[in-house]
Amino acid sequence: MKILRNSLLLVVIGTMTWMMFNLYKDYDSRTTLNETASYYAEKGPDETGAANLVTSVVVTYRGLDTLGEVTILFLTAAIIGLLLRTEKDSKTVPLRQSSEFLITAAKVLIPMITLIGVYIFINGHLTPGGGFQGGAVLASTFILLLISISQRKIGHRLLEFTEAISGFSFVLIGILGIILAAGFLDNHILPLGKFGHLLSGGAIPVIYSLIGLKVGAELSTIILELNQIQRKDDTIS
Amino acid sequence: MIQSVLIILISVVILVMAFVAIYHKSLQVAVIASGIISLFASVAYIFLAAPDVAITEASIGSVLTVAIFFYVLNKIRHEDIKK
Repeated sequence: MKILRNSLLLVVIGTMTWMMFNLYKDYDSRTTLNETASYYAEKGPDETGAANLVTSVVVTYRGLDTLGEVTILFLTAAIIGLLLRTEKDSKTVPLRQSSEFLITAAKVLIPMITLIGVYIFINGHLTPGGGFQGGAVLASTFILLLISISQRKIGHRLLEFTEAISGFSFVLIGILGIILAAGFLDNHILPLGKFGHLLSGGAIPVIYSLIGLKVGAELSTIILELNQIQRKDDTIS
Repeated sequence: MIQSVLIILISVVILVMAFVAIYHKSLQVAVIASGIISLFASVAYIFLAAPDVAITEASIGSVLTVAIFFYVLNKIRHEDIKK
């Protein structure tokens, strides 16, 4: 059995190496951009006013795809919540007290990491990063918070409220784009502002902040669900 | 030149950690090894001029995934003891 597994692994790795080698063998990097990419690179900064070209593509040119990604994440969080549902009156087991080092370090680190996460998504149109990255950093702060105060119980209410409000506002801004500007999720509903400043790029900073809050709330909900089944006592008595 | 050397070093670390993740007996070590893969992959993405992807990989691959795996492992181990 073990020989079979190892030989299977070797075959898979060998095939992958062969494919990669064949792909790489006659690869020479392009010197010019293709048609779509050159359009984005030439017209993007003027049309959207965002200094980070990746953000202008993700939020404005391909905004509908971003909406789809956020929906997928929402569905994942909802399904995990459905599967890991805990009854209110189910028996709970007490968790071990967190160590003093962890609690002290968490008190110092949590505000700083939260600040970095918020910085990443507010400056999404100027520097690398954006809603998804900032949201993931916020969720990693939430893990630290959960493991440092393992005794206390945390409610879902605030996370659900944040997620619902930001998701609704995201779609609302998209629809406002149809009414006030060229189309769904167009960023011209707000003035473009001065290129490279914090308040520039029209609606892009607003949309990306909302995406950041929504992604952060969704990932935190998943972590919270998984954290709560740790204390659930499901011995069959 | 120095960039290529660094990328090759990072790739070697990733490969070694991938083998650790597959062959190590302890599941905890395997999970941590998979987290280290993501951490080094995010450094590689920075060298390949993709800082956006690097931030995502660092926060999701090496923090959230590892945490979720540990939560699930903890739950499974408890149920093993009870049986």
